[in-house]
Amino acid sequence: MTASKALSFQNLILTLHQFWSDQGCLILQPYDMEVGAGTFHPATTLRALGPQPWNAAYVQPSRRPTDGRYGENPNRLQHYYQYQVIMKPSPENILELYLESLKKIGIDSKYHDIRFVEDDWESPTLGAWGLGWEVWCDGMEVTQFTYFQQVGGIECNPVSAEITYGLERLAMYIQNVNNVYDLDFNDVPPNSTAKQFKYGDVFLRAEQEYSAHNFEFANTDMLMQHFKDAEGECKSLLNAQSTHPSNNGRKGLALPAYDQCLKASHLFNLMDARGAISVVERQAYIGRVRNLAKGCCEAWLGVYGDEQKKEAA
Amino acid sequence: MAEFLLELFSEEIPARMQVKGADDLKDLVTKGLTEKGLTFTKAEAHSTPRRITLVVDGLPEQQPDTQTDKRGPRTDAPQQALDGFLKSINQTNFDKCVKEESPKGTFWFYREAVKGQPTGKVLTTVTEDALNKIVWPKSMRWKASTRQWVRPLHSIIALFKGEAVGVNFALGGNEKPVTAGKSTQGHRFLSSGKIEVSNFADYQEKLKKAHVLLSRDERKAIISKQSQDLANKENLKVREDEALFEEIVGLVEWPVPLVGTFEKEYLDVPQEVLISTMRGNQKYIALLDGAGKLSNKFIVIANMITEDAGKQVVAGNEKVLRARLSDAKFFWDQDRRQKLESRLPALEQITFHQKLGTVRDKVSRLQALSQGIAELLGSDGKLAARAAELCKADLTSGVVFQFPEVQGTMGRYYALHDKENPAVAQAIAEHYKPAGAGDTCPTAPVSIAVALADKIDALVGFFAIDEKPTGSKDPFALRRAALGVISIILENKLRVSLNALFAKSYQLYGSKVKGLRPEAEVSKDLMQFFTERLKVALKDQGVRHDLIDAVFAVKADDDLSRVVSRVNAVQDFIKTEDGTNLLAGYKRATNILRIEEKKDNKTYSGKDIKEALLAEEQEKNLFKALHASGDKIKADLAKEDFKAVMSGMSGIRSAVDQFFDKILVNAPDANLRANRLSILASIAGTMNEVADFSKLEG
Repeated sequence: MTASKALSFQNLILTLHQFWSDQGCLILQPYDMEVGAGTFHPATTLRALGPQPWNAAYVQPSRRPTDGRYGENPNRLQHYYQYQVIMKPSPENILELYLESLKKIGIDSKYHDIRFVEDDWESPTLGAWGLGWEVWCDGMEVTQFTYFQQVGGIECNPVSAEITYGLERLAMYIQNVNNVYDLDFNDVPPNSTAKQFKYGDVFLRAEQEYSAHNFEFANTDMLMQHFKDAEGECKSLLNAQSTHPSNNGRKGLALPAYDQCLKASHLFNLMDARGAISVVERQAYIGRVRNLAKGCCEAWLGVYGDEQKKEAA
Repeated sequence: MAEFLLELFSEEIPARMQVKGADDLKDLVTKGLTEKGLTFTKAEAHSTPRRITLVVDGLPEQQPDTQTDKRGPRTDAPQQALDGFLKSINQTNFDKCVKEESPKGTFWFYREAVKGQPTGKVLTTVTEDALNKIVWPKSMRWKASTRQWVRPLHSIIALFKGEAVGVNFALGGNEKPVTAGKSTQGHRFLSSGKIEVSNFADYQEKLKKAHVLLSRDERKAIISKQSQDLANKENLKVREDEALFEEIVGLVEWPVPLVGTFEKEYLDVPQEVLISTMRGNQKYIALLDGAGKLSNKFIVIANMITEDAGKQVVAGNEKVLRARLSDAKFFWDQDRRQKLESRLPALEQITFHQKLGTVRDKVSRLQALSQGIAELLGSDGKLAARAAELCKADLTSGVVFQFPEVQGTMGRYYALHDKENPAVAQAIAEHYKPAGAGDTCPTAPVSIAVALADKIDALVGFFAIDEKPTGSKDPFALRRAALGVISIILENKLRVSLNALFAKSYQLYGSKVKGLRPEAEVSKDLMQFFTERLKVALKDQGVRHDLIDAVFAVKADDDLSRVVSRVNAVQDFIKTEDGTNLLAGYKRATNILRIEEKKDNKTYSGKDIKEALLAEEQEKNLFKALHASGDKIKADLAKEDFKAVMSGMSGIRSAVDQFFDKILVNAPDANLRANRLSILASIAGTMNEVADFSKLEG
């Protein structure tokens, strides 16, 4: 590590924003819905499709209900942050850019052992997969790197490169702390009266309460009903055709439909955490969400229903 | 003689794909060269995480000149055919053709001398063709490419005699192709810029300066040597682990072993778990003390010489390991709060197979089957049943959930913690054994019973629902299970009827599972499956497969130990002088019999020998010898004393030899002839009691 003070959690984000902005990425905001990973943001899922170039970076709060540990595990959280970069088409020097970003946040390759270890990525709920690596820094996984090959069952052409940094893990490494709740969230300038906040000051209570919610109190009958509602609404939005002149004759409302798909996905995760889904049912639920995701991807590209039409004809 | 150097430089290739990728490239290119008439003296494949390289040496500078022959129509063929031929060879008349006579008439021939191409030109085609054909286990597109490679390809070196060979890797999708040149790159972090090379030696040398060791062997030697040196300094030794070393070789271009330490308190956790997490998750090499016990030091092979001599690399790796070990310790502590026994209900949640029920169901069957087997083998049935009851319980433990490869092993720890009988604990650990060829077999009676039961239950169950292995598909590892059963039986010299085990196991399924195939079919198929597996197992030990056929032809024996004793005795016998001669006599006898029986359209039998018709001394002697040996062989066979059986056979050898020396089988007298043919039948009959010698080849 360099001699200068390690980045605080918020400065880590600001530094990455600046770096990727300099590389020509749009700096977007988190998607305002509950998702399991940065990939679910429409800025990745939907924009990875189609021929138009697309470069974007953003932070995405990510929820994994089953990973909750009531704030008692130093590494596991049911709510954490991913820093997501997507570049389409994948630049020739994308790995070099990535390594430069590490240097900017205080991981200088002259002092560390950085490795690209095979790790292919697949999201059964999104019908998506790609090849790439997990990036190791001194034996620790700090990033997932993927070249998208398919999303929503549709070939990605051109291919996007996706970089997903686990922000808490990176920050723990840079700040050399062993417990996520001990991370410095902000910087306090010298002579300032500002308070030094730790990650735990901001999120510990949330981890405790949400763990209880996810594992003990979430109403599974309600979740089940909401899942069905979201699924139904998604399908009806995929078949909707607005007569408003702005719609230009497009079939399906891809983005609102995708919101319902995201809802269904998160509801499934919650039911899973509550133990309300048996092993046999699991695959079926995943398949239902995948169907929605595929529909949304097709609607985004304006080809939703083409298959059905073909089959009917 | 000249050299061809080819390098494909890409982003990091998965460790498990490098060697195969480089070998495939070598095979495809050298095959292409051979097809084009180009010879070479040496071809070598190399690979590192970022490149696969091929060097072919001793190539000629030019393809040899060749000649193509084209046969045309007969010279008296219709004009249309003649014109057609001229058109096909691009000629207007027959000036360049010759006539050749053949039994079928006179034909036109066109001979064209084909000038050999310069090797460089051929290499372009051969290489591009190889790059088109190479198949990676998983491959991908990048940028706007439509072409696939294992990971994005950045550059190609293709040099013949130091000159660049034109090779294009077209990417498609309007992307510029990757075009071969003379340069590559060195280590990702310890070198910068392009490196231009002129030949393989220069390439290897410059890569080394750029911190890339091209040779896997060299990288492995360094890892091994330097790790050992570091271990020596700590008074420790390296835990041998060939597979791990091989994997690490594929993760580094410049290996730098470093020693790390973890807190001694973690050594309370079973060392199998610690080793699992160190090697599986982190690729660390474990260090052992003089007694072979795991120490709290480990070696990480970095791919980097850092400016602080690895200080931060070690600190970082120690931190990662600490988090993993603390996880393992948490689960280990957590798991022991619960008795193994109390985990049984949770096994209802794990499916063994959709049609065959849950693991809990399997455990119930194993209890009865293990007890039955143990009692059959004269060991403690109650202990075996207890071990079977607990043998799968660790599947629901935290440690096994995290580290599946320590299943069984953890069960033993938990069982000992629960104060179960040590034999029970041991059987829990050993019941998956042997885990494959080369693994040891359990030898303790309780372990044997449960290990056999576990495998028989799977074999009978899957055969009963018609999930037999087919071709290369064996999703439930039934071949391995059968081989395991065979090894356990043979190594422990167990006397057990396989059919009895199948029957017991089938009955345990039958009372619970509906729609099974009939029992007779299942056990018939299984017996055949085991016979095949036994042949494979014995063949690996150097036993001729036809011997097994010969022995099985006498009696479909389901007692494998007896089968093998018999096979071994026969094998030993036919290697002796008596055996070789007797076998020759046997063949002679059966050959004559076959021919004469066909002529006479009847079958001769030793029973029809009429003592009164025995004329010559030699036939009398043989009759006596056969009579005496026949009885002795039968008695010895009943006693299963196969050595004695063989010595009994030796006893008839000289009589058989003398018989063939002096006696004319096809005597003019019909009665005499019939009697002598019956004697021949008796020779075959006596020997066939032991094995069907007619099945022996050669």
